[in-house]
Amino acid sequence: MSAVPDRVHMTLRVNGEALPVSFAPYKTLLEVLREDLNLTGTKHGCELGECGACAVLVDGEPLLSCLELALACEGREIQTVEGLANGNELHPLQAAFADVGGSQCGYCTSGMLMTAKALLDKEPAPSRERIKEAIAGNLCRCTGYQQIWESIEQAARVLREKRK
Amino acid sequence: MNFDTIGKPRRRVDGRAKATGQLRFADDLAAARMLHCRLLRSPHPHALIESIDVSRAQSHPGVHLVLTGEQFPIPYGIMPVAQDEHALARERVRFVGDPVAAVVATDEQTAGEALGLIEVKYRPLATVSSPEEALANPEPRIHDYGEQGNIHRNQSYEFGDVDEALAKSDHVFEDLFFYEGNTHLPMEQQASLASIEGDGKLLLQTSTQNPHYLHRQLARVLQLPAAHIRVIATPNGGGFGGKCDPANHEFVVCKAALLLGRPVKICLNREEVFYQHRGRHPVLMKFRTGVTKEGRLTAMHLQTLLDGGAYGSHGPASTFYTGVLTPVTYELPRFKFEACRTFTNKPACGPKRGHGTPQPRFGQEVQLDKIAAKLGLDPAALRLNMVTKPDSLTASWLRIGSTGLAECIRKVVEMSGWNDKHRKLPPGRGVGLACSSYMCGAGVSIYWNKLPHSGVQLLLDRSGQVTVYCGATELGQGSDDVLAAIISEALGIDPSFVRCVTGDTGITPIDLGSYSSRVTIMMGNAALQAAGRVREQLAAACAAQLDTLPERVRFSRGRVYAAGEPGKAMSFVEAVALAEAKFGTLGAVGSYSPPKAPGRYKGAGVGPSPAYSFSACVLETEVDPQTGWITVPKIWIAHDIGQAINPVLARGQVIGGVYMGLGEALMEEQAFRRLPAKLSGALVHRTPSMLEYKSLTSLDMPEVEVALIEDPDPNCPYGAKEVGQGPLLPVMPALANAVYDAVGVRIDEVPITPDKVLRALEKKARGEAPRVGPESFPAVPYPAPMFVLPPWEGGDGSEVKKNDAAAVV
Repeated sequence: MSAVPDRVHMTLRVNGEALPVSFAPYKTLLEVLREDLNLTGTKHGCELGECGACAVLVDGEPLLSCLELALACEGREIQTVEGLANGNELHPLQAAFADVGGSQCGYCTSGMLMTAKALLDKEPAPSRERIKEAIAGNLCRCTGYQQIWESIEQAARVLREKRK
Repeated sequence: MNFDTIGKPRRRVDGRAKATGQLRFADDLAAARMLHCRLLRSPHPHALIESIDVSRAQSHPGVHLVLTGEQFPIPYGIMPVAQDEHALARERVRFVGDPVAAVVATDEQTAGEALGLIEVKYRPLATVSSPEEALANPEPRIHDYGEQGNIHRNQSYEFGDVDEALAKSDHVFEDLFFYEGNTHLPMEQQASLASIEGDGKLLLQTSTQNPHYLHRQLARVLQLPAAHIRVIATPNGGGFGGKCDPANHEFVVCKAALLLGRPVKICLNREEVFYQHRGRHPVLMKFRTGVTKEGRLTAMHLQTLLDGGAYGSHGPASTFYTGVLTPVTYELPRFKFEACRTFTNKPACGPKRGHGTPQPRFGQEVQLDKIAAKLGLDPAALRLNMVTKPDSLTASWLRIGSTGLAECIRKVVEMSGWNDKHRKLPPGRGVGLACSSYMCGAGVSIYWNKLPHSGVQLLLDRSGQVTVYCGATELGQGSDDVLAAIISEALGIDPSFVRCVTGDTGITPIDLGSYSSRVTIMMGNAALQAAGRVREQLAAACAAQLDTLPERVRFSRGRVYAAGEPGKAMSFVEAVALAEAKFGTLGAVGSYSPPKAPGRYKGAGVGPSPAYSFSACVLETEVDPQTGWITVPKIWIAHDIGQAINPVLARGQVIGGVYMGLGEALMEEQAFRRLPAKLSGALVHRTPSMLEYKSLTSLDMPEVEVALIEDPDPNCPYGAKEVGQGPLLPVMPALANAVYDAVGVRIDEVPITPDKVLRALEKKARGEAPRVGPESFPAVPYPAPMFVLPPWEGGDGSEVKKNDAAAVV
């Protein structure tokens, strides 16, 4: 006898693609992304909304995917770390995190990147104080944050250059 | 030296995978027909298990297996002398959170439901909440082994007659310190996936720092030949020591996979990570230190008392580490060190970044600040005047090779503007200075053997790709990057031509693991040996074509050429093809064992290392006298790294260490409380969540200015010493000393919190001693010391009878 509960079926828009998926209705967006869509780039550190590791963008705003039911995301535009690069070309944030020490163990990186992207999308030239505030809900145990601030600043410079 | 790769800032080899989310951590793995496991944990801090009824859980729809301690008769433990754990408790539970049973089901939800259907009858026992209680209550014993009662380890060493030296000293300072426990809090919760491979053998993919030690323990507990078990250490989402011990859940999922023939996965939830713990020991310390009126040390008597929690873990080593590295930083003619570790009914303590040494370093460096204040000396000058010399021995027979400590002190003094700030800033603002040292790898293995500590294998072929195999594990510290950098430098190729295969007991040569800051030095030396052997083959194969002698063949920037004759050159790929034609399949192995330690007394194996790193830190603080609130605007740190392999990563390790140290200094506490009697009186973790266990956020973290002091150490690959642990150590005492400089109160306790500052300020206002910290040290039944003469008093590093010592001198 199977204990699999009833499943719901819907289409989620993830990284610009319409993805049909069926899942148990109690599942969070985090769980559906990781377990049902195999998008394991989004991580979890607490599943209680305390650490920021699971941050994704929903309609352009950072959202803790462990606190949102996937059911509530129908029709919304979800962006995850898997959609950040442009083809094989890393997003300037990704390149900076890899180059200047923003990523050590890499576990908080996806949440940091998505949160930073939301910031830079709105504010192309944020001050360091603004950067510190923007990622204040994303815990990192490796870096002491400094090289993360520096990574975001470097990415902002590269993005501004690109726009010129 | 002029390097192609070493010392150049570079994208880390695993940087792209991390930034794209492609790196697969343990919980990112899945397999067809995979089942999920969850653990039932004890709600009692100490109880006998009278019965376990799993029948309802077993028949719950979706449940495939329920396991209890019945299935795990064989104990384990990371250290041979502390085999005191079972994957699931048998007969007795020892802390709230001790695993008692496991359910394997189609999904986590179902497994969780079934946990609630397991009926366990417990008979609660009296509990021990602190070392003081452990000493006062030898019964009931938490374990039936150990020194006596609830004392796990108890030891005493004396290097020269300390009481005599103290009696002759101009001043003797006696101080008590307490360092609260704290935990690693890795971002990644521990996860493991066990499965049976096509060949019928067991595969465990798991977040572990030490796949080799885990492999040995799995073979023992599961009664399988080690060759039939493969452990892959998945990339760790932070370790900090918390993933060193073999963990209950790792045995459980392996057993379940073997019984069911299906993949079984577990991921601990965040609360469980606090119970798995193995973090910083709470330590009470007493320092009696003699000094001359000029401020030079004459002798030190250090006593420590460790709260070990419910199991042995690394405890025997942790106990040593609360003292053995104390004499490394400053010349100390005589040293006595007594240490005692007790069992208590709390999650087991173990190794956390700095393993056992941050606690005594805190006490030592705060006491030095008090000594400087009392003698009217500058704290930096006091320290500079007595730093240990290169190529010297300590009183305890540790061999110090290179040391950059003096340079570190001078550098932070200069960077921070110390001379214009110390005792000169306005009230409420202050600076504090502290130093430290750490080892570059433990000199002996955790289990006794004569085998190498690290092995590396290289494989090359005509494609020009170099594959390097090593059992070392990547925690985020950059061990793969170090490996690729060393191989590429030695062979003169770009790191992108090197593929690292690491942390897989089925494929890679043994490396003991990512602990004790050993990987760069030990893996690096093994890699250099392997690369040197390959270079000889390549040189022998190319020399004739280059019209030169094999010893004159050079390797750089993807070219192989004759020294001084750059016209005589070929590409690295051509050279490999020539060598493959001449010698057949190309490869080499390398291995490394640390040098033998000079001490010959029993216990001399803990503390020796091929090299020691040194750090000095200045921390500035602002303390609000109304609220006690502590702000840290800036930290300067200089770290003697020997040689940075990749300065981006080295700087990241330094800042990350400072961050973790500052968190410990200001707020992090793995602390416990008793529930009221009507709620069972259980001893529970105060804050088993990331929200309540306070750690620094991006908004709390000050700017850190880093200086890397590079003086290559001859025992280390390209001179590179450790950087992963050392820079954490001086931060806590630097804060305590800065608080004193700011508001004139001593907080002899970590963490240094606003309530303690306020209490100390109130005492100061009342004219009492402006200090908050432990008030007494219990009577610990330390054994009679093992007496060893320091090198400068004769002897050969062996134990001697204390009464005969005078005759030897």
